[in-house]
Order: sequence, then C-alpha cells, then structure tokens
Amino acid sequence: MSDEIRDKVVGLVAERMGVEPEQITEATHFVNDLQSDSLDMAELVIDLEEGFDLTISDEDAQKIETVGQAIEYIKQSQQQSQ
Amino acid sequence: MKPLEGKTAVVTGAAQGIGRAICLRLAEDGANIAGVDVAQDVLEETGAMVREKGVQFLGLQADVSRFDQMREAVAKVAQTFESIDIMVNNAGITRDNFLIRMSEEEWDRVLAINLKGVFNGIKAVARTMTKQRSGRIVNIASVVGMTGNVGQANYSASKAGVIGLTKTAAKELAKRNVTVNAVAPGFIVTPMTDHLSEEAREAALSSIPVGCFGQSEDVAAVVAFLARTDAAYVTGEVIRVDGGMAM
Repeated sequence: MSDEIRDKVVGLVAERMGVEPEQITEATHFVNDLQSDSLDMAELVIDLEEGFDLTISDEDAQKIETVGQAIEYIKQSQQQSQ
Repeated sequence: MKPLEGKTAVVTGAAQGIGRAICLRLAEDGANIAGVDVAQDVLEETGAMVREKGVQFLGLQADVSRFDQMREAVAKVAQTFESIDIMVNNAGITRDNFLIRMSEEEWDRVLAINLKGVFNGIKAVARTMTKQRSGRIVNIASVVGMTGNVGQANYSASKAGVIGLTKTAAKELAKRNVTVNAVAPGFIVTPMTDHLSEEAREAALSSIPVGCFGQSEDVAAVVAFLARTDAAYVTGEVIRVDGGMAM
C-alpha cells in the first residue's frame, strides 16, 4: 500500500520533470535537485491532486519541498479521509 | 500542405460574426474545428460551412462564463481529437449604456462573458497545452479596450481586461511553448454592429484612415497567422485590426 503511493508519486515527479524514476529518492529536493521552478511546482501539485483525487491547498503546497514530503502529505491525507 | 493541417482549434462564439469567420478561415488552413456557442441551431450552420472545407467539426453548447461548462466542452474536444493546438477566445456581447444609466446587471453580464469567459477558456485548455509543450491561444479584444468608447464602460473595461490577462498568460505559459496573443478589432461589420444608427456609422467611418469598415475575414486572417507554428516568437502581443482607427 505505502509503496504504491511512493511509486506513483515518483512516477508523476519523473514524468513532470523529465527525469528517470531511478534518479529520484525521498530526499530529492524539487528546487535544488530537479531545478523545478514555480510553474513546475504548480503543475506538479495539480498532477498529485488528479493522481490521488485530493485537493492540496496553496498553503500546504508551499510546504512540500522534497519528494518524501509529498509522499508523506498524500499518505496523511488519505488516512484522514478513511 | 496547409499551414494548420492536422491541428485542432477550439473557437468560442463560433455561431456567427467574427467567430464564424475564424472557424472558416482556420478550416481553410486545414484545422479541425470545435465550435463553442450558446446558440446551438446557428452553430450548426457554421458547422455545415466548416465541413464543406473538408475538415471535421464538433459543435459544443456551452456558456463561456461557466467554468464547469467550458471544462466539459474542452474534455469532449480532447476525446474527439488527438490534441488541442489552438484556442480562440472570441465569445463576447455588448450591453451598451451611458455609465450613469448602466445597471449592475449590464456590467456583470458583459464582464462575465467577455472577461471571465476568456479566463475560463484559457484555464480549460492550459493543462492540455502545457502537457503537450505546445499551443496557440488567441483572445479577441477590441480597440475600445485601449481607447475607451462612449456608452461602453462595461465592454471597454472587459476588453482592457482581456489585454492584461493575455499578457499575464503569455508570461506564465511561455516556457511551455504556448503563445498567448490578442487581436483587437476596430469597426467590423457583424451582427453586433448591425444595430448602430446611420449617424454612429458615419462618425465611425470618418475616424478610420483606410476609409472603410472591416470585415470579419480581416480579423480571421490575423488569428490564422497567430495560430501557425511559425508564429512561435510572437507572444503577449496585441494586434489591432482596425484600418488604423486607434493608432
């Protein structure tokens, strides 16, 4: 279950940023490691929202800086909705 | 090969006037057309004329001022055609009145269709175009958005808004190879301008350097240029099509 979420997030990030999934770890930083700009981040948030059928507020989105944080955020919001 | 062969264009306000002319011109250039309008029966007339050019036409009934309806319409376009390459936000209305007589309803309705409608149109296609890493968005503004016009506080404000929106969208989407431009028609002979008095026409004519009113096809030709792949380095631009009226 957890790994499914992780793999899906990694897949979405890889597709959005044009890198191989193998290059991405939970420590991967969107700005420092993947050189994503604010538009990339906005698009990625929409990718995550659509991919996991949830809504991420702008305030929450700003706190997501690494792939691990994104995975953690989605796990938490899925637990809350259960 | 035609310049827009294999492309798909969405045109709002496609049933009549400038919108219909844009549909026909883009179809002539080879694009498949998805026409959006509230007037379904008149839209079908445009559809029949478009199909005569040998391309596909998809007619969609939607109110551009309603984002849910626009999103649904664009989703149908994406299902029917492979891509959405061109978006022409053309739908517009007038509710002219002197500012001191203008009702809140007249203001709100014009802003909702002419300005929010363009926002909705851009938003509805932006995801598809940024994913594709290509797209052409053309918004129909008006020279009165630059000059103002007696009796058109709502209309001129909405069209000035379209120009600001065009420039912001151009900046935001530039890195995704999506261009956003505006075309600003002057006095064009359409159903929208038919109701003007002879006096108003005479006054308008005297202010147009080329000495005649424009035709919808004049506007469509500029839209067709901006829709082309090789117009890639033009973005955030407002092109007047007004016979020199507002220079």
